[in-house]
Amino acid sequence: MIPKVGISEGKEPLFYNESHHAWREEVRKFVSKEIAPFVEEWEEAGEFPRELYKKAADVGLMGMGYDEKYGGTTEGIDIFHGIVTAEEFAHGCGGVSASLLSHNIAIPLIQSLGTEEQKEKFIPPVVRGEKIAALAMTEPSGGSDVASLKTKALRKGDHFIVNGSKMFITSGMRADTYVVGVRTGGEGATGISVLVIEKDTPGFTQSPLKKMGWLSSDTAVLYFDNCKVPVENLIGGENSGWIGVMSNFSQERLGMAAGMNAYSQICIDEAVAWAKERKTFGKPLIDNQVIKHKLVDMNRAVKTSRAWTELLSWRVMNGESPIADLAMLKVHASKAMELCAREAMQILGGAGYLRANSGPGKVERIYREVRVNAIGGGSEEIMYDLAARQLGYRS
Amino acid sequence: MKILVPVKRVIDPYVNIRVKSDQTGVETENVKMSMNPFCEIAVEEAIRLKEAGKAEEIIAVSIGNQSCQETIRTALAMGADRGIHVLTEEKVEPISIAKILAKICESESPGLVISGKQAIDGDNNQTGQMLAALTDMPQGTFASKVEIDGDKVKVTREIDGGLQTVNLNMPAIITTDLRLNEPRYASLPNIMKAKKKPIDQKSPEDYGVDVTPRVSILKVIEPPKRQAGIKVENVGDLVEKLKNEAGVI
Repeated sequence: MIPKVGISEGKEPLFYNESHHAWREEVRKFVSKEIAPFVEEWEEAGEFPRELYKKAADVGLMGMGYDEKYGGTTEGIDIFHGIVTAEEFAHGCGGVSASLLSHNIAIPLIQSLGTEEQKEKFIPPVVRGEKIAALAMTEPSGGSDVASLKTKALRKGDHFIVNGSKMFITSGMRADTYVVGVRTGGEGATGISVLVIEKDTPGFTQSPLKKMGWLSSDTAVLYFDNCKVPVENLIGGENSGWIGVMSNFSQERLGMAAGMNAYSQICIDEAVAWAKERKTFGKPLIDNQVIKHKLVDMNRAVKTSRAWTELLSWRVMNGESPIADLAMLKVHASKAMELCAREAMQILGGAGYLRANSGPGKVERIYREVRVNAIGGGSEEIMYDLAARQLGYRS
Repeated sequence: MKILVPVKRVIDPYVNIRVKSDQTGVETENVKMSMNPFCEIAVEEAIRLKEAGKAEEIIAVSIGNQSCQETIRTALAMGADRGIHVLTEEKVEPISIAKILAKICESESPGLVISGKQAIDGDNNQTGQMLAALTDMPQGTFASKVEIDGDKVKVTREIDGGLQTVNLNMPAIITTDLRLNEPRYASLPNIMKAKKKPIDQKSPEDYGVDVTPRVSILKVIEPPKRQAGIKVENVGDLVEKLKNEAGVI
């Protein structure tokens, strides 16, 4: 059954054209047939079948936005195709989206900073769904404070010798191609480079992490023990990885915000459906003012978040990089999701506390997924700090 | 060989149908519309025949208001080559559709017309058959398997008693049943390419067909709500109710 989408269907002509509508329709079909029916099973199993990458590649999901010569689709594609994808994927589950689309935070770095040879080598197999790509920035010590990462890469002839570890890496166990932030120079942002490290590199090991949410997503800690990485795998110049890493975050934050808005909307839809159905003290729940106000409050939070997401997407599409706004948007979206998940849970009562991937049961999963959205891709606190610095709030 | 595929725009199968309060029909304003599922199967079958080298060109035809263009675009995004949109604001009935399609068959000379066996809105199940009568082409309706061999097509039909196989001389008309295939997703690159594929805009007058409805709808009402069942205490009660209330034993 194709899920109802409560979120406005993207009719705003300023942002969406016919191809966005057609794409939304196909992604919705794909998610409702290939993902949604299996979410419960995959969450329970802690992973999803690898063949899903191939299926996603066949509909063009993996290649969206990547150069046609590497098997992708760029013509006529803009940032709103990504927004639509993120929104529709919310009807599957966060864990599947995070892992299945983990290349979308890794491959853009290769596409924007890589050489022709690097692009030809690393992008096509990922776009075809044959290889999995992951981004590895966060470390056990630094968290979202990427500028202070410690994994060292020492140049020795035509190799880098990499030592260190990476934490909370999505697709960390299953990926074949890791885009890794390393320190090649001095302290701070100006000493950072980006290396592609392939899975079979001697000295590179991973171990899985168990999580509160995103259960079907593969998350791992990576260890690099004297890994020899060929110099050809250096993406962009030595010590100049920072700009690429930062611009990559802008897209990630927009995509996360779009997803969060859709999860929030699912919470609203489930809460409304329940409140109309459930009778207490002789009347439907929804006829109580306290419930109505909760629902309106949830709507207010999501609608502002969505409007801001669209506006900032439009600005980024037009070449701006509103870093402070994007940081604040990410916080706004995760707070909206937190509110919606919380209030939906209150409205659903016991039904919302049960694990099941249909009806009210979805809210239980989303409630757990709130946290990774509020922390991953830059925690709320780091986002505030970034925004404050960007806005020049200092004496 | 060309394959002509008529596609109909209908209310999305997963939408709850609401009857208009004035009982003149069902609500279509602000309701999600999609390609009729049987038509999707027809498009898919045509694409598979083309991929197998049995056909060169697939033409998707839709008859109706301006938004039918979207339905044609969906067919183009799946893999059809070009579209013909016959624009009319009338509520077209099967006989008018069949007459227009017959005219298109004259000008395009397709080797096969593959259509859905019925549309999920009117459930008429007539258009393909009427088209066969008008064009004097052989028909294989309710197809669950289609095999082309030279200038003949073997169609396995789902009938009440089981499966029936018919051998038709082409050009022929095939209407699709549910089990014929599973339609593909339109991929992102194909959605983008579909924007550039041509759609010819025509009118019923171009084909000399009067589409004025022959049937007038008097009233559309919701089916009666099903009454809730009752629980019986024991077998004795059940027998008593079956005998005296239901009157079945």
